[in-house]
Amino acid sequence: MNVPRTKVMTAEQVAAGLESGMTVGIGGWGSRRKPMALVAAVLRSPVRDLTVVSYGGPDVGMLCAAGKVRRVVAPFVTLDSIPLEPHFRRARQAGEIEFTEYDEGMFMFGLLAAAHRLPFLPTRAGLGSDVLRVNPELRTVRSPYGDGEELVAVPALAMDVALVHLNRADPRGNAQYLGPDPYFDDLYAKAAARCYVSCERLVDTADLLKEGPAQSLLISRSMVTGVVEAPGGAGFTACEPDYGRDEERQRRYVETGRDDEQG
Amino acid sequence: MTSRADVCVLACAEAFRGDGEILAAGIGGAVTVLAARLARLTFEPGLLTHDGVCLLTGDVPALGRPPEVVEGWLPFRDHLWLVLNGRRHVMLGASQIDRHGNTNISCVGDWARPKAQLLGVRGAPGNTRCDPTSYWIPRHTPRVFVPRVDMVSGIGTDRGAYDLRRVVTNLAVLDFATPDGSMRLASVHPGVSVADVVAATGFELTVPAEVPVTREPTAAELDILDRLDPGRAREREVPA
Repeated sequence: MNVPRTKVMTAEQVAAGLESGMTVGIGGWGSRRKPMALVAAVLRSPVRDLTVVSYGGPDVGMLCAAGKVRRVVAPFVTLDSIPLEPHFRRARQAGEIEFTEYDEGMFMFGLLAAAHRLPFLPTRAGLGSDVLRVNPELRTVRSPYGDGEELVAVPALAMDVALVHLNRADPRGNAQYLGPDPYFDDLYAKAAARCYVSCERLVDTADLLKEGPAQSLLISRSMVTGVVEAPGGAGFTACEPDYGRDEERQRRYVETGRDDEQG
Repeated sequence: MTSRADVCVLACAEAFRGDGEILAAGIGGAVTVLAARLARLTFEPGLLTHDGVCLLTGDVPALGRPPEVVEGWLPFRDHLWLVLNGRRHVMLGASQIDRHGNTNISCVGDWARPKAQLLGVRGAPGNTRCDPTSYWIPRHTPRVFVPRVDMVSGIGTDRGAYDLRRVVTNLAVLDFATPDGSMRLASVHPGVSVADVVAATGFELTVPAEVPVTREPTAAELDILDRLDPGRAREREVPA
């Protein structure tokens, strides 16, 4: 099969590829490096009934506020500097959405399992807690070795689509983070059937190593379906070192449920 | 002069005594972060401390200041690895806690339709199952110290907690040194009576015949605390 030399597209084209009822993974963490330009395009599209898989921040809040969400799968939803996400809270308290709640480490194991095409991975995280009570579909497994320890079998968090935002990418989809933390964006890319990357700046492949070492090339083009150049595309969330979180815009978002600069 | 906040920071720092070369992870706010740094600069020099983001600091900077020396990288994925590995003593917060140290940060009311959605369980289930864990609770009231938590996020001594060490509040230090692992009053802060603590606790607390007074910081410890927190952020976290 011929591989396209460029996968560059618009945020609208990414959103147009989504269908109602899909499971959508969203990268970043809390209010950090969220693909807000892509989320804004989803908000403007007609899709609904989404299952959103996320270390949740304003991405989850906005999609809930807009009535796009059927189910949230997350260990938390927070704006970091503002601990509680008001729009997710309102949707939960109004009973508008379903919620699958995981421990942070369990959630990572779900991403790892999906990325490795395993049905589950075992962990101790979650044992004894009410996570197993509120998610009765969770199963435990017994170690087949001498210890016989009982562990939680975290199911793979497989996704139809993943949306992530990184600092740089080339037109074929090789994507680079320049900040201090990769979060789990490479796992989202590997766990999803299709991954769309937005970036602060598109650069030639030959220029990728001008700003960061080879280790900063987090996502390979073999995992990427489309690339969107979106300067400021993390919205008011942090996208270091290009910019920090815009606390004033975040405060306005808390008040209105919208980020007016993203429309 | 020694403030209540100074006493609380020191009591939290004491939770890390004897931990050696593991990460002392204070979560959120000023008091637990200062506690880890104070412990490292005084009686527990092997401790690892972090900048609140993803750097292990080689020096021990003041609150809100970046480190001048970095000795390691701890992005979120490695933090989650460290939780499972257990080489970490975490000092968490809680919106509700019961007599066995089960805690809730997820939601108030029925989980299916909460009265108040809070953070979600975050890392509390894994932290308490795999790591030494202590708690810092700045407002000791019957609303927090409840007979039964609405959603068990962090697990208590009756649900397989790995190693629950202590609960430090604005009034007292509590631990679980009882035959059934239920909460015991370990010390009261200077100026606080045993009756104050009992009245602020919504379940039956084990109270020993003799309850000591929480240790106050030495002059040297206070000097270090003032250098770590010149803006006295700790005072804003602890109601007088």
